[in-house]
Amino acid sequence: MTDTLLDVENLRVSFPTPTGRVDVVKGLSFTLGRERLGIVGESGSGKSMTGRAILRLIRSPGRQVADKLMFDGNDLQALSERAMRKVRGARISMIMQDPKFSLNPVMTIGDQIAEALKTHERIARKDIAARVIEMLEAVRINDPERVVKMYPHEVSGGMGQRIMIAMMLIPQPDLLIADEPTSALDVSVQAQVLDLIDELVTNKGMGLILISHDLNLVARYCDRILVMHAGEVVESCDARDLHKATHPYTRGLLAAVPQMEEKRDELPVLDRTAWSGT
Amino acid sequence: MSAIALKNLDISYGTTKVVQGVNIEVAEGESFALVGESGSGKSTVLKAIAGLAPDWTGEIAVLGSPRSHKVDHDFATRCQMVFQDPYGSLHPRKSVDTVLSEPLLIHGLGNRNARVIDMLAAVGLDQRFRFRFPHQMSGGQRQRVAIARALMLEPKVMLLDEPTSALDVSVQAEILNLLKRLRREQGLTYLMVTHNLPVVSFMCDRMAVMNKGRVVEIAPATALHDGSFTDPYTQTLYAASGGNPKSKETL
Ligand SMILES: Nc1ncnc2c1ncn2[C@@H]1O[C@H](COP(=O)(O)OP(=O)(O)OP(=O)(O)O)[C@@H](O)[C@H]1O
Ligand SMILES: Nc1ncnc2c1ncn2[C@@H]1O[C@H](COP(=O)(O)OP(=O)(O)OP(=O)(O)O)[C@@H](O)[C@H]1O
Ligand SMILES: [Mg+2]
Ligand SMILES: [Mg+2]
Repeated sequence: MTDTLLDVENLRVSFPTPTGRVDVVKGLSFTLGRERLGIVGESGSGKSMTGRAILRLIRSPGRQVADKLMFDGNDLQALSERAMRKVRGARISMIMQDPKFSLNPVMTIGDQIAEALKTHERIARKDIAARVIEMLEAVRINDPERVVKMYPHEVSGGMGQRIMIAMMLIPQPDLLIADEPTSALDVSVQAQVLDLIDELVTNKGMGLILISHDLNLVARYCDRILVMHAGEVVESCDARDLHKATHPYTRGLLAAVPQMEEKRDELPVLDRTAWSGT
Repeated sequence: MSAIALKNLDISYGTTKVVQGVNIEVAEGESFALVGESGSGKSTVLKAIAGLAPDWTGEIAVLGSPRSHKVDHDFATRCQMVFQDPYGSLHPRKSVDTVLSEPLLIHGLGNRNARVIDMLAAVGLDQRFRFRFPHQMSGGQRQRVAIARALMLEPKVMLLDEPTSALDVSVQAEILNLLKRLRREQGLTYLMVTHNLPVVSFMCDRMAVMNKGRVVEIAPATALHDGSFTDPYTQTLYAASGGNPKSKETL
């Protein structure tokens, strides 16, 4: 395996409830090299909270603790908020599950990308406009000249996701956490955008945490997979062995995927009676 | 009578025409899919039917009544839309309970308590979510609230914009089973946008494929079994989705 980029030990995220604090992430441990790690698991299992906790972005009244949260030799838990902001801007990027929520609603797409470029690249004023267009083309946006003038509410769901991806790739981070980055994209665009991210992993040695509920996609694009359930990792395997997964929960997830030639009248569902959470 | 009839529908935002010459008829009780390229105008078609994209020409009729360009209050009891973006479509300061009771209150319907409780159960959400706010829930939990809200008024026609793309496969299976059951029991009609072709195979009778603002092909969902599509764009889309692994094995 490659050198360790991220080392997480016993990570816990909790929220208060009427009956006391409840952990939604319950002692998660994993390491990540310059590789692609997929996180799958059912809705509410703590995938997004894990991603946010790595960036120390759990908002109050939520709380996070870990025995270890090391990134490239730095103890993230020991950093000041100010130092942490620097890490977030430049070294670790996160594509949030809701793209439009993360864009500034009163600024055009072009201005937002330009601003990100100015912060992260030494770039001559006259070259900015061309770079912005180039970024949008890289994420396969048709008609980028029109899109730069639009506001976030004017772009389609899939365009919003691709704009967010373009913005998060500008700092050329060492680690990219992508939370359902392509859920609104049609399959052909999805493949192109993931190839673009993949290029950065292969050529620039970026580490990738891909959070997704699309089991086939994760199996195809990742090296390793963690399967989460109710805040815990229930199974971890090589991506190519996902279809051989043995844990009943993982098998349940696999069975629930609709097929191209779907003959079942009803899809199998998981027994949620043992389900905990906040 | 068709549930939804669109004739020569053009839709614009300002000076840009984003949808052109769409002709679709969805029969009552049918489940019809709208698939196609990102940005091709799928959400826009749904919004126009729901009265949220006012700049259109052509004809739109829902359950036999032509849609005018004016606001139509009764429309909500016949036709409801579930939006693509579960974050933007839920009010940040309204609790789940408020979001679900509100439509009942507006339309003067009683028995609200019981209906909210039943609906939460129907979409697979525990009762402890009832008094939560959107920021206290995961992405998939919010999407289930959005679906529950649309179902509260028991509409006959549902416009579903990527209703399960924010959901993991197990919750997706629950929601798809639920939608299928409701359709069977109450004769609902669905017009559903999705980019997931296997979901179309499970849920829909027919599909229209959109590319660059136009419908390029209308095909039965069974065409997904063998990829018998005529339009080159549809063929690309089918191939990119991996085709049908089962039929490949038998070749
Ligand atoms: N502010 C909060 N208060 C209480 N519980 C919360 C709060 N925010 C999140 N949760 C709970 O934490 C759990 C984990 O949430 P998380 O967003 O990590 O889920 P997820 O695995 O990303 O799910 P999805 O696939 O639906 O996005 C959920 O059960 C959610 O309800
Ligand atoms: N309010 C608006 N003002 C201007 N243009 C808009 C507006 N809303 C959408 N558009 C444009 O209309 C086109 C079609 O958008 P629409 O949201 O219908 O696409 P879509 O097929 O649903 O795509 P996706 O699969 O990515 O959600 C896009 O080019 C989009 O930028
Ligand atoms: Mg999430
Ligand atoms: Mg859309």
